[in-house]
Amino acid sequence: MTTRSAAPYLALDDAEEGEPRPASQPGRPPWRARVVRGARGWWRWLTSMPTALMLLFLLALAAVPGSLLPQRPLSQTAVAQYFADNPRLAPVLDRFGLFDVFAAPWFAAIYLLLFLSLIGCLVPRTLGHVRSLRAAPPRAPSRLSRLPRHADLSTDLGAEQALDVAEEELRVARYRVLRKDGAISAEKGLFKETGNIVFHLALLALLISLAVGKLWGYEGSVLVQEGQGFCNTFQQYDTYSAGPLIDGADLSPLCVDLEDFQARYEPDLTPASFTGDITYNRTLGGPDEQATIGINSPLRVDGTRLYLTGRGFAPIFSVRLPDGTELTDLSAPFLPTDSGTMLSEGVLKLPDLGAGRDQLAVEGVFLPTAADVGGGLLTSVDPRPLDPAVAIVVYAGSVGLDSGIPQNVFTLDQGRIGRGQLERVGAANLRPGDSLDLPDGTSITFTGFKEFAALQVSRDPSQLAVLISALAMLAGLLTTLLVRRRRVFVRPGDRVLEIGGLAQGGSAEPAEFARVVTGIRTALAAAWPTDRREH
Amino acid sequence: MSDAANLAGLADTLFTLTILAYSLATIAFAAELAFASSAQRKVLVATEGSEFPQARTGFSARAGMVAIGITLLGWVLHGTILLLRGLAAQRIPLGNMFELATAVTFVGVAGFLYLVIRTPRLRGIGLFVTLPVSVGMVLTGLFLYAESGPLVAALRSGWLVVHVTTVSIGFGAFLTSGIVSGLFLVRSRFEEAGGSSAEVSSRVAHRLPNAETLDRAAHRLVVFGFPVFTFAVIAGAVWAESAWGRFWGWDPKETWAFIAWIVYAAYLHARATAGWKGSAAAWINVGGLVVMLFNLLYVNLVSSGLHSYAGIN
Ligand code: HEM
Repeated sequence: MTTRSAAPYLALDDAEEGEPRPASQPGRPPWRARVVRGARGWWRWLTSMPTALMLLFLLALAAVPGSLLPQRPLSQTAVAQYFADNPRLAPVLDRFGLFDVFAAPWFAAIYLLLFLSLIGCLVPRTLGHVRSLRAAPPRAPSRLSRLPRHADLSTDLGAEQALDVAEEELRVARYRVLRKDGAISAEKGLFKETGNIVFHLALLALLISLAVGKLWGYEGSVLVQEGQGFCNTFQQYDTYSAGPLIDGADLSPLCVDLEDFQARYEPDLTPASFTGDITYNRTLGGPDEQATIGINSPLRVDGTRLYLTGRGFAPIFSVRLPDGTELTDLSAPFLPTDSGTMLSEGVLKLPDLGAGRDQLAVEGVFLPTAADVGGGLLTSVDPRPLDPAVAIVVYAGSVGLDSGIPQNVFTLDQGRIGRGQLERVGAANLRPGDSLDLPDGTSITFTGFKEFAALQVSRDPSQLAVLISALAMLAGLLTTLLVRRRRVFVRPGDRVLEIGGLAQGGSAEPAEFARVVTGIRTALAAAWPTDRREH
Repeated sequence: MSDAANLAGLADTLFTLTILAYSLATIAFAAELAFASSAQRKVLVATEGSEFPQARTGFSARAGMVAIGITLLGWVLHGTILLLRGLAAQRIPLGNMFELATAVTFVGVAGFLYLVIRTPRLRGIGLFVTLPVSVGMVLTGLFLYAESGPLVAALRSGWLVVHVTTVSIGFGAFLTSGIVSGLFLVRSRFEEAGGSSAEVSSRVAHRLPNAETLDRAAHRLVVFGFPVFTFAVIAGAVWAESAWGRFWGWDPKETWAFIAWIVYAAYLHARATAGWKGSAAAWINVGGLVVMLFNLLYVNLVSSGLHSYAGIN
């Protein structure tokens, strides 16, 4: 036994102990021997503890840019902004995948190496542990006084009797005891290593479940106004991301209608709750079911989850064209730019106003509770829609929806304004019922607003496996950190009982050894009745 | 004034008093070190600088006992701040950065007191606990102060209690552990120099507990803090699954929690690996604390992510 295997985790460098080193192999061409030796050397390096440590650090280091640079999966706009601010640096960083670090090949390379390193050390380690669980404790070393802990107890009992006493005492203290050749070896705390192995196996299981979730999981989000709905298909999502092994047909046939949305606030305007009352069907044409979802309380249906992730306002306009045609109930979601006051920005694009007619775009801000800050400038002072207003600018021309270039639905392509494809034709602050008349006779009326909710549907088939793996890791960790592994050896001498002890683990525990020694001393005294001692 | 406002006001007063108590303790700990008599130097030389003088005599020893007493008093006040803020807002007092930082230092001081109970000679590190804690609390009060108030909707969940309480406990243990590892680095250099180095730091170092004691104390705190922190991250992930729609999304706070977790796992491994135990492991532990602090300060105040509701307005 060595203190090297005393690691609270796997002492990875112990894994190869006892493995025969390949000497020159007769009958094989030398290059093969060299390749085998090279591969073995490489494997030994990979599965050694310092390498595992380096890989751990590398993984931590690799995660750093993922939090310091904007990441595509978190915010496309932040990445676009970064490109605009650093036009020369950004493409270089992009080439190294630094805007999506956690999907970058080099990130995967690090954790795959760590994975291999783990497996390489776990397999021999587990086998060794199973063997040692079954094996008897090792024989007592010849010189107990050389061990880190040592005590001599004088006794008048005979050797066998004294050993009997010590054995009994150690068994009561839950040691596994081997009595052989007139000495005792006792061992305790093998579960330390069990916990250790469980921890690392669970870590492997965690990594595998994460990968499964990435391959077969998906997530889609959509803005839904009160009174509207959507079904769980990729076409209906505003944005979605899906694992490479899932296709549209795998999506569960869930359809959802948002009946009502409520936001509640504390008197000091701290948001208290957002809830949406929904009706949904699990299957095509299935029965309607009702539910209320909110922050912290998603709907879970057969492993598919539906979340309320945000909310906002959609101002409603009606447009009367010069020829008298009325278009009503035109609205577009405006995105909140300040969650405290719900000041929201957006644009309503009107590409189909009739043949030969200019397209219109109504760009502006929605203010749930408007207040004049002077000079006709409005701001919002309350997130609740107590006194709503819009401040809009209207453009005419070609909004470019038919140009084939994908557009952000929440903003106007500023380039089109610059190039004169869109021309500003009017601006106004409107309260509900107010109208803005354009030079060509078109009139735009702000008629009110609807609330919309941002809904998200997610599915991750391995989520439960991840949780179980994580809890198993924790259990293994606790076991390995709390259990101490110890060995005690007892050998009778001339009217003495020699005791030696070893503790594995970061901090050797003198107290435990002292307890054992005291126990044996008391037991020895009890076994040698005082009346006989008086002879 | 309402009851809630009264309680919150009292909590603010106690905050000041706590800082005052820790500052006084700092002075007393400093006096203990400064007046450790030169006779003790001889004791030290006799034992080759390897043993902390157990018998601090006279004024020095009294100063040390007083320091511990005041620290204990400060710690009770410290706990009362959290209690009152909880009562004032009718919720767990861990809803913003001010409260979190207050809880972390509270647990950090608890860790120190625990170490002293287990190993009395660790009293010798008191100065290096109460000083940073006082300074940290002054900065917390100046820059992170937040009125006691209701929680935003996202935080109204039972998981808040589970997640943030365990985060604070783990973080507090790491805080004291990181300090102890820093002292270990000072002390072990001193011991390697034969206990007679002429550097300024050696004048402090020769009064510190020996390196082995410090190493063991730092390890003990990480052995406690690491599983707690692991649990906190798991609880955070479970909460994130219902609050944010996924259990893990590499949000900045999650990313740095991951980094911190790896660093502490590496510390535990390093401490058991030949060639890494000792100074290398201690440096890793100090690095872990830097990561934790970075996660608290930088990620909350500078970068933006889903955790940002916890920041100051
Ligand atoms: C995987 C998910 C999560 C991880 C890894 C995580 C990690 C952390 C960490 C490391 C802290 C330490 C405090 C600090 O250094 O600032 C923290 C604090 C906190 N977490 Fe989480 N967390 C997660 C999910 C959540 C969720 C879902 C919520 C609530 C919706 C939440 C609420 C908080 C709060 C209120 C604090 C204390 C204040 C602060 O942000 O500093 N956490 N979390």
